[in-house]
Amino acid sequence: MALYSEKVMDHFRNPRNVGVIENADGVGEVGNAKCGDIMKIYLKIENDKIADVKFETFGCGSAIASSSMATELIKGKPVSEALALTNKAVVEALDGLPAHKLHCSVLAEEAIKAALKDYYDKNGIEYDRSQFPDCENCEHCCANHT
Amino acid sequence: MNIYLDNAATTKMSQTAIAAMLPYMDGIYGNPSSLHSAGQKANEALTSARERIATLLGCEPREITFTSGGSEADNQAIISAAKLGEEKGKKHIVSTAFEHHAVLHTFEKLKKAGFDITLLDVHENGLITPDQVTDAIRPDTCLVTIMYANNEIGTVQPIAEIGAICRERGVLFHTDAVQAIGHLHINVKEQNIDMLSLSAHKFHGPKGIGVLYARKGIRLTTLIEGGAQERGKRAGTENIPAIMGMVAAMEEACAKIDENAVKLTALRDKLIAGLSEIPHAILNGDEKQRLPGNVSFCFEGIEGESLLLLLDDKGICASSGSACTSGSLDPSHVLLAIGRIHDVAHGSLRLSLSAENTEEEVAYIITAVKEVVEYLRSISPIWRDLVAGKKEFVIK
Repeated sequence: MALYSEKVMDHFRNPRNVGVIENADGVGEVGNAKCGDIMKIYLKIENDKIADVKFETFGCGSAIASSSMATELIKGKPVSEALALTNKAVVEALDGLPAHKLHCSVLAEEAIKAALKDYYDKNGIEYDRSQFPDCENCEHCCANHT
Repeated sequence: MNIYLDNAATTKMSQTAIAAMLPYMDGIYGNPSSLHSAGQKANEALTSARERIATLLGCEPREITFTSGGSEADNQAIISAAKLGEEKGKKHIVSTAFEHHAVLHTFEKLKKAGFDITLLDVHENGLITPDQVTDAIRPDTCLVTIMYANNEIGTVQPIAEIGAICRERGVLFHTDAVQAIGHLHINVKEQNIDMLSLSAHKFHGPKGIGVLYARKGIRLTTLIEGGAQERGKRAGTENIPAIMGMVAAMEEACAKIDENAVKLTALRDKLIAGLSEIPHAILNGDEKQRLPGNVSFCFEGIEGESLLLLLDDKGICASSGSACTSGSLDPSHVLLAIGRIHDVAHGSLRLSLSAENTEEEVAYIITAVKEVVEYLRSISPIWRDLVAGKKEFVIK
């Protein structure tokens, strides 16, 4: 199907790191069932590194592929690198996404940030709030909702 | 396996239709407006095609206008009725919330011109009642337009009853019969239909050709200017090959309505029974009052585009009313109109059968859908919350 790149279809058909981490160090869930996309990221953090990462996604092909690719990009990396992951990097690694699917990559970036924020909060670690999306007041995934 | 189950989107052309088109691409290629013999041969074909279509619909040849398809026919019907209404100071239209966008988007244009549109609520079973129409008609109503059969959920409206009400109240009645022609018995005179739209590619005819039937005396507004074709109501050299293909396909489909209905209904009901075994799944639209070949379901906890892509991997071509498949963020307005909430409407699947489908295919599809739904639920955070009791199931 020409809708998506081969890379997207590969990650959609064979998603990497699907599942749950029991007693995860950080869990982040973003999106909204109303909009048709929810991503949940589980992190295991050891020595300031992403020792393990798993995801669960309710969403379209590109949402599942974006989650899968995002987990691949941060696995084994220092927390600081995971925090710096952008949606653009996810899109590039997937060899592109159709314009109306770009929000899926934004969700992937935000799900990881939300999981890291949860980790910081749980452990009382200080962090710069401006580095995290303000999900409470963001309506990007339903921006065009009428 | 390669199974095509998207016949509500479009159909494979029948061999009869293809054969009927070929002579008009090669030998008889004249322009029906030309005076020479090549043109007149084409004109004879056009005349006979119009007569044959009229016979199938139960109307007169002069009441048939060839268009580029269902969307153009819907546009022209509604705009014509609005114009006629406006001349008498009547600027109110009655329709339903789950019409095709060819109808709904035309209303947007009319609203800007000061028209008032009443969209009747569709019940959860995908049907409206004739009483709703009676109650909605006002002294300033110029048109009632209600689709014959819904393109997504297949429900068939009580068209003859609605037609009788409109006739009695002196209001024009149009029906978008794009999904119904060739599948249900239709007679415009007996059913008091004033205007009707149809499209050839929904009944194994070619794409890009359709018909607007308008009862004698209803003055059509010309949307495409530039020539005297179609009595000046639709300019442009007639697409004779497509018209001939359409007529052949329509005659063939109409001759087999009863035979196909028996076969498709049996396959449809097997599919419905099989897919109903999936927990937290629900059939969209009335179980009986629906097209013989339409199956539409919502599955809780999953999203439709993923479902379609994985079914495609298994060789099954299907469709969904999910937002992701439409390029918008909103799921199908049809599913929302019958009361499905967004979360559930995203997980929809439409299977539309043709007479070529088999029992073996149906069995394969049921297994495939079950597997894919189960897999997608296994990776869905919503499903996890539902099963854990953190959220309440919408579909019991």
